[in-house]
Amino acid sequence: MKRGFTRALDFRHGQVEMTHGSGGRAMAQLVEELFVASFDNEALRRMDDQAQVEVPPGRLVIATDSHVVSPLFFPGGDIGCLSVHGTVNDVAMAGARPLYLAAGFILEEGLPLADLRRIVESMARASRGAGVPVVTGDTKVVERGSGDGVFITTTGVGVVPPGVDVSGSRARPGDVVLVSGTMGDHGVAIMSLRENLSFGTTIESDTAALHGLVAAMLAVVPGIHCLRDPTRGGLATTLNELARQSGVGIVIGEDRIPVRGEVNSACEFLGLDPLYVANEGKLVAICAADDAQRLLGAMRAHPLGRDAAIIGQVIEDEHAFVQMDTAFGGRRVVDWLTGDQLPRIC
Amino acid sequence: MCLALPVRVVELKGGDMAVVDLGGVRKEISLALVDGVTTGDYVILHVGYALTRLDPAEAERTLATFAAAGIDAPASA
Amino acid sequence: MKYIDEFRDGALARSLGAAITREAAPGRRYGFMEFCGGHTHAIARYGVTDLLPGNVRMIHGPGCPVCVLPVGRVDMAIEIARRPGVILATYGDTMRVPASGRLSLLKAKAQGADVRMVYSTQDAVRLAEENPGREVVMFAIGFETTTPPTALAIKQAEAKGLANFLVFCNHVLTPSAISHILESPEVRELGTVPIDGFIGPAHVSTIIGSRPYEFFAEEYQKPVVIAGFEPLDVMQAILMLVRQVNEGRAEVENEFTRAVTREGNQKAQALVAEVFELRREFEWRGLGAVPYSALRLKDKYAAFDAERRYGLVDRQVADHKACECGAILRGVKQPADCKLFGTACTPENPLGSCMVSSEGACAAHYTYGRFRDFSRKSAAGGATP
Repeated sequence: MKRGFTRALDFRHGQVEMTHGSGGRAMAQLVEELFVASFDNEALRRMDDQAQVEVPPGRLVIATDSHVVSPLFFPGGDIGCLSVHGTVNDVAMAGARPLYLAAGFILEEGLPLADLRRIVESMARASRGAGVPVVTGDTKVVERGSGDGVFITTTGVGVVPPGVDVSGSRARPGDVVLVSGTMGDHGVAIMSLRENLSFGTTIESDTAALHGLVAAMLAVVPGIHCLRDPTRGGLATTLNELARQSGVGIVIGEDRIPVRGEVNSACEFLGLDPLYVANEGKLVAICAADDAQRLLGAMRAHPLGRDAAIIGQVIEDEHAFVQMDTAFGGRRVVDWLTGDQLPRIC
Repeated sequence: MCLALPVRVVELKGGDMAVVDLGGVRKEISLALVDGVTTGDYVILHVGYALTRLDPAEAERTLATFAAAGIDAPASA
Repeated sequence: MKYIDEFRDGALARSLGAAITREAAPGRRYGFMEFCGGHTHAIARYGVTDLLPGNVRMIHGPGCPVCVLPVGRVDMAIEIARRPGVILATYGDTMRVPASGRLSLLKAKAQGADVRMVYSTQDAVRLAEENPGREVVMFAIGFETTTPPTALAIKQAEAKGLANFLVFCNHVLTPSAISHILESPEVRELGTVPIDGFIGPAHVSTIIGSRPYEFFAEEYQKPVVIAGFEPLDVMQAILMLVRQVNEGRAEVENEFTRAVTREGNQKAQALVAEVFELRREFEWRGLGAVPYSALRLKDKYAAFDAERRYGLVDRQVADHKACECGAILRGVKQPADCKLFGTACTPENPLGSCMVSSEGACAAHYTYGRFRDFSRKSAAGGATP
């Protein structure tokens, strides 16, 4: 459907301008030639201000996430696919099947259109790969200097099948704690590009949509107690959250936690603890002891869970501490993170 | 003391700079504080500078001391 | 990771722990101070205390240059960062240190000051090269390990003719601090603090060598064992200290022979001597004014000295009245003895030097050892022993 734009958008040399957010012809062109063209689904093609969709029966799940990552492009991904995976995962961690996404963009004046297209196309690929279409969206433009190039907010909806009750408050003493794979990959991939901290590694972000893995896990153990993806703050933060929500303690074994050798080395360089480094394609699961082996088998059978491992157990503890048996032989507390982990000299 | 690591020198570059490796991760650092370093040497790295060379023979000796601690330690008086 | 993993081996840890238990005389208490924050961190992170017998106690010293940096100096750094046109380059450690007026470098950055985190002084020099119209000030902190890199940066800036590179110098010296602790009444005269020996800093010693410690061993009759940074190094050093005490020796021994010699790195020492000179005294947070314990730029390099360029004046900022850092740093009290510990004073809101950096005694205890207090309390049904 031609809208009569006199010139096609210049994706090679063009930049985002204030008019692209003004609601006028320029914005319509950006929406049509970039967003609708890339995401390409029936709901979007209708060009309404909202999407009307079919939702199967079951409990509705809604999740939203804003993505402000800098740099925009990093080994293994970019802010685009990150924003799709992040929200798909938030929905999936309720045990729900993600159905639709909405995407809001805040663009900084001056952002090269080439970069924007790269990001949107990456989002479209991620969305298609996950089978979760972006059915509606919004675009605003802010003045140069007010943003980091682009901020993306994605909201996702999904439906929980009957018989599934996953919640952070369901961990019980005696339960087993599992992770779906190696810890710390995403955070280290990002750090490798930050100003003043560059070094050459082969680490890539692990950004991925986990709903397929979750479905495979629930098929074998529908009674999983807890699921959460350890994003900002890493595994340590997620375990502390779950411990506090459930009012229990957790004990993990340091040498049971899968960490890639290079991630360990990179963390040594910077004085960081891999337990606190972000992941974007991994999950933590807590289940009854009797279900643990079957759950581990289901995870390992899935491409995103090949390195899954049992890392510890849930105990009674009124203080809700997370403790770790170190490879060295002692035991220590794994506490909440204090602010951002910053590389240190001492 | 402060965060410092034993890293392996893999490449010498001009101007006292070198590329070092720790478990597969590489970084460019300065050798300006140490003389006579060649590729294959291990150095102690701190805030982007090598502080000193690591002596592999002494490292082995120290490890052997740990192992011997359980065996030939004298009993207390 | 070679030269790291082998020094963290659990089986060797157990046998070293057994050896220490065997050799520590029953009925005798041993108290050793690990001066250096890196050792405090290793002990806490690997749970070394779990492997020691009950009569061997580790006392955490002041060895973290961030912890002992007085609030007044951080205030000055913030003041520098807020000067128009200035880029303040700093290591990550200082970003969150609370200063006066509920400020920190991180907060000043949020308010618009140009504060940049750097990994190395080389990054700061590069910033000066790339921004000829701005003044780049390196917030230089650290013990003798971190001082040579600052000296090098100044020489580099001089060679490149960079008139816009400056250093705000807060380098401090280890031996003076150890002396100061040993001179405190509790240790010297009253003998109420049983510091039977020291674990000497690892990387400081690569620079200054083992020679400077011979003075302490002689003068104060306390053994010193210089230990590497890994947990097995620390345990071996404890074993060596136990043996020295048992045998009535007070010598300097070197466990970290793979990186430390008696003379140290003379090239680095010469470089530092060329650029810096001693301040007559310098305030250490929690210890008060310590004579001849810190460095400033020599007159020859005055052009690179931020304090002189901006006419900065030192200011005293007192710590909280109930803060027990002074006592904790001397080993007279433990973190749990401080009324503020864990309540008003936490890693998120540190009130004193021991909580400020993750290596401080209180921060390490809060992060890694707090649960021991709880479990001991519930086991003993009362206060911690």
